[in-house]
Amino acid sequence: MEYKLPFRQYHKALMKNQLLGLKCGNCGAITCPPQMSCRSCSSYDLEVTQLSGNGKITTYTTIFVAPEGRETEAPYIIVMVELDEGPWIMGNLYDMAPERAGMDLIGRPVTLGSRIFPGDRYSDGPMARPAFLFADKA
Amino acid sequence: MRKVAVVGTGHTEFGSDLPKTEIEMFCEAATEAMAECDLGPQQVEALFCGNVFGDFAEGQGMIQSFIANELGFHNVPATRFEGACASATVAIRDAFMWVASGCYDIVVVGGTEKATAMGTPLATRTFAMGAEAKYEFAPGLTFPGFFALLAHLYASTYNVSLEKLREQMSLISVQSHYYGTKNPHAQFRHKEITPEQVSGGFMVASPLRLLDCCPFSDGAAVLVLASEEAAKKLTDKPVYITGLGQASSPRLSAQAPYLPRIRARELSAMQAYKMAGVTPQDIDICELHDCFSIASIIAAENLGFAQAGEGGRLWENGDTKIDGKIPINISGGLKAKGHPIGATGASQACEIVRQLRGDLADSGRQVAGAKTGLVDTLGGDGIIANLVLQAGW
Repeated sequence: MEYKLPFRQYHKALMKNQLLGLKCGNCGAITCPPQMSCRSCSSYDLEVTQLSGNGKITTYTTIFVAPEGRETEAPYIIVMVELDEGPWIMGNLYDMAPERAGMDLIGRPVTLGSRIFPGDRYSDGPMARPAFLFADKA
Repeated sequence: MRKVAVVGTGHTEFGSDLPKTEIEMFCEAATEAMAECDLGPQQVEALFCGNVFGDFAEGQGMIQSFIANELGFHNVPATRFEGACASATVAIRDAFMWVASGCYDIVVVGGTEKATAMGTPLATRTFAMGAEAKYEFAPGLTFPGFFALLAHLYASTYNVSLEKLREQMSLISVQSHYYGTKNPHAQFRHKEITPEQVSGGFMVASPLRLLDCCPFSDGAAVLVLASEEAAKKLTDKPVYITGLGQASSPRLSAQAPYLPRIRARELSAMQAYKMAGVTPQDIDICELHDCFSIASIIAAENLGFAQAGEGGRLWENGDTKIDGKIPINISGGLKAKGHPIGATGASQACEIVRQLRGDLADSGRQVAGAKTGLVDTLGGDGIIANLVLQAGW
């Protein structure tokens, strides 16, 4: 069976700030990032769908010790975001000084942006990643 | 299924920059385990070996067949298990199955790792390979980052203030280092710490500081497993593996909305308890996967020792101490004993077996009268394995 939303297609859309997900034909749940089966009911009956990219932060951390090759990125914020459509996804937050990240981030509404991780010697090419922006900034 | 016993245990020193190779360390632990039950190499029918980063640390892949032949287990089937930090526990579970099924009577199972040979930057990179490469490494997730995300989620889900959680997490590291000083194999056998040192350490991934994190480590641990009949000839104190569990998780974000509870651990532990016919209240001693201080709190809850949101109180109340309600990580845990990841599950099982046999009185860390113990090991995003071990005499 063909993989409905391969990484490369998801990645190309994300580079243009479009977040693609999968809608389940069986239970209606949305799965993102993509995988073979519906995260809710395990059905393979999935269709590609564009998501809003809007959601709220559920948790965060500021990474101070980075992996090899990414030392110059640190410190940086990683967030998990609960999308309006349901699924949680992981991304970065570049909308504030990383040292100032605190518990008041949890619950903050955000909207999608993206950046590219160019990959390293162990990666199979570049990877787009969500880089969220505050949606409630004046 | 036949009953399966641990009849021999071996454990090298754990530490940083150890001079021996992964193969040499495994062989030393294996021969110690074999000597305990007076076993010769010709009697070993199969080898099961946890090893995660030999390829990166020493440029050594496929370590298992080299180990088998070095030990004189000529031509026996040898299998390597890669389940990140849970590798050796997964290996023990499989080794158990081969003996329980009647295929083999006596096998050797363990793990070996030389993580410090990679240095911290490469080790941080390779450990992050236990996260999903496309969707979790792209934003820069590290392993401390994984549990740091869970720590903030834990605080917000259960309405525990970060200050309170900070205090509880510090107590966990302090306890582990205290007991680590009583374990001659521990990486930090000479290092006691204070809560202030934990809370004042440099930040690795907020809110986790240096002393919230286990170290990178080198070392090996090995067990000899035997069928009940074979065990009776090899030891007076067989420790039976009476319960096993294993379960898988998806990437961290896909574990929502169950988080910060780890569903796979709850399922794995339930399998192990059910198979052994015990409940969490029956466990006399537990070695759980404290790769980070917050991980101990979450594990204690998942394993049924505390309600969700209340795990930290076990350490506050002293319930986790050697004479407490549920002694946890009296070996020093991953935090102070060290965490050579391919060996960790075998090290945890080795510690429980020695506790149940009453071997540790001289070290000052013997839990009096322990008859039933639990091993809990977590690998990467996605692997949990549990063992229930019970004294069989």
